[in-house]
Amino acid sequence: MKRRDFLTTTGSGAAYVGLGGLSLNSCKALSAKQITILHTNDVHSHIDPFPADHAAFPNMGGLARRAALVEQIRLENPNTLLLDAGDIFQGTPYFNFYGGELEFKLMSKLKYDAATIGNHDFDNGIGGLLAQMPHAKFEMISANYDFSNTVMDGFVKPYTTYLLNGIKIGVFGLGIALKGLVTKTLYKETRYLDPIEIAQDMSRTLKEDLGCDLVICLSHLGYEYRNAQRPSDVILASKTANIDLIIGGHTHTFLDRPVIKRNSSNKEVLVNQVGCYGINLGRIDFYFDSNKNMRSEGLSISV
Amino acid sequence: MNLKIQQFVIIITILIVYSCRQQPPSLRSIEGKQLTINDAIRPTDSIEDFISPYRKRVNEVLDSTLSYAPFAITKSDGRYNTTAGNLMADIVLEQANPIFRSRALKEIDFVVLNHGGIRSIISEGNVSARTAYEVMPFENTIVVVALNGKSVRNLISFLINSGRAHPIAGLQIILTKDGSLRSVNIKGAPFDENRIYYVATSNYLVEGGDNMGFFKDGLEITETNYLIRNAMIDYFSKVDTIAPKVDQRFMKLNK
Repeated sequence: MKRRDFLTTTGSGAAYVGLGGLSLNSCKALSAKQITILHTNDVHSHIDPFPADHAAFPNMGGLARRAALVEQIRLENPNTLLLDAGDIFQGTPYFNFYGGELEFKLMSKLKYDAATIGNHDFDNGIGGLLAQMPHAKFEMISANYDFSNTVMDGFVKPYTTYLLNGIKIGVFGLGIALKGLVTKTLYKETRYLDPIEIAQDMSRTLKEDLGCDLVICLSHLGYEYRNAQRPSDVILASKTANIDLIIGGHTHTFLDRPVIKRNSSNKEVLVNQVGCYGINLGRIDFYFDSNKNMRSEGLSISV
Repeated sequence: MNLKIQQFVIIITILIVYSCRQQPPSLRSIEGKQLTINDAIRPTDSIEDFISPYRKRVNEVLDSTLSYAPFAITKSDGRYNTTAGNLMADIVLEQANPIFRSRALKEIDFVVLNHGGIRSIISEGNVSARTAYEVMPFENTIVVVALNGKSVRNLISFLINSGRAHPIAGLQIILTKDGSLRSVNIKGAPFDENRIYYVATSNYLVEGGDNMGFFKDGLEITETNYLIRNAMIDYFSKVDTIAPKVDQRFMKLNK
């Protein structure tokens, strides 16, 4: 008899304690969400690891190793996107022999979600890029290259969106000015549009019209230039308002860690670039929460 | 009493879940880092197996011996001309001239390339297609440009003022002891400013690379579609030994 009373009381107590916990942490418990973004740039057809006696990158890189790392991270968090910021092509005989076929097939096997187009991706001409598109199971995205008068028309989207565990992610691409960098006979009638203006529109559309919780720019503009007028990721970060993460390329910049910049609304933007040749994989984890109390604490960034 | 608590818990839970649903997810924190890919990571077998036949084929083609270098060939063993530069320019002249002859019914007069376009030393020993890829990784083609005498004069001034041993063939530039121009010979004959010369070069330079602006005044351009690298591979395939010398094609007199 007494024993029964005790159990009943304890049960109520437990319920009460549980409720206390619930009221404080319920939203976190119910809806804390982690989105993992993995990224590469300027891999330049580097499929094999560098040899052990290489002066700069001994025993580093290697696509089959990258595959293992990506696989492991996806197992830990299935809500992961794998992205590339361009210059997939040119740099080893694999490209000269197979024209980018192996690069695209392997990126598809690694389940890349999207890539943007770098200047070297035109190295076999716009027709050479088109020829490899059947091997790409990922999206090719570029918002400031207008391909409408080229054979690539219809193969490139300005942006793409993903819904991972209830979090909507918008990703758009930006490419570098081709004139003077790539032979006109290769890029043909591809039109280069102002990347900063396009990014301002694109990021607003993704955040406000399409309600993306996270806006990511895949940029092949380059990290930063001495000529302050030349479009770069640093300028892009400061002149736009709705981008959360800029994944850069082109300048082969080995950032020790992602860089925190301020956008035109004085909010934080993360800019990252992982050098080149598949030496590094960038990893950015975004943690979301629906709890009002948490929200008031603001955003914490650790890099 | 128990029933009341249960009801209370259920109602509160529903309320909380409902209130959470109403809230848009807000970004609470971000963590970022670079992960280095190195030999501590065991590669994925299926990917390794997929790459393997491609690698085997590439290596077979690249590593079969085509020729032999009895000494190291570099672009830094001469002030005005170098072994690597002379080899490259001579190869372009020898390999492209038959194509130009059959297409345009004319002869290439001389060759100009850029010193920066030579990307690697050729080590002493066996020479393979891989050597050509190392020296010339770019997809540059051989282009023949028709230049008038004035443009050729600009080209010669550029070569003299550049301070770099840009590869040349078919062209001889001799400077006096004080560095001024003494003579220019093209295919063994003195430079004639009143005629048109057919200059073989790289499409990269014709399109403005390395600031060789005189090519924009070209009267006529013939694209051979012959990759410089393929010209090298074809040349390596037909000779037993490559032994270029620093010679007198571009020189400064001692007295």
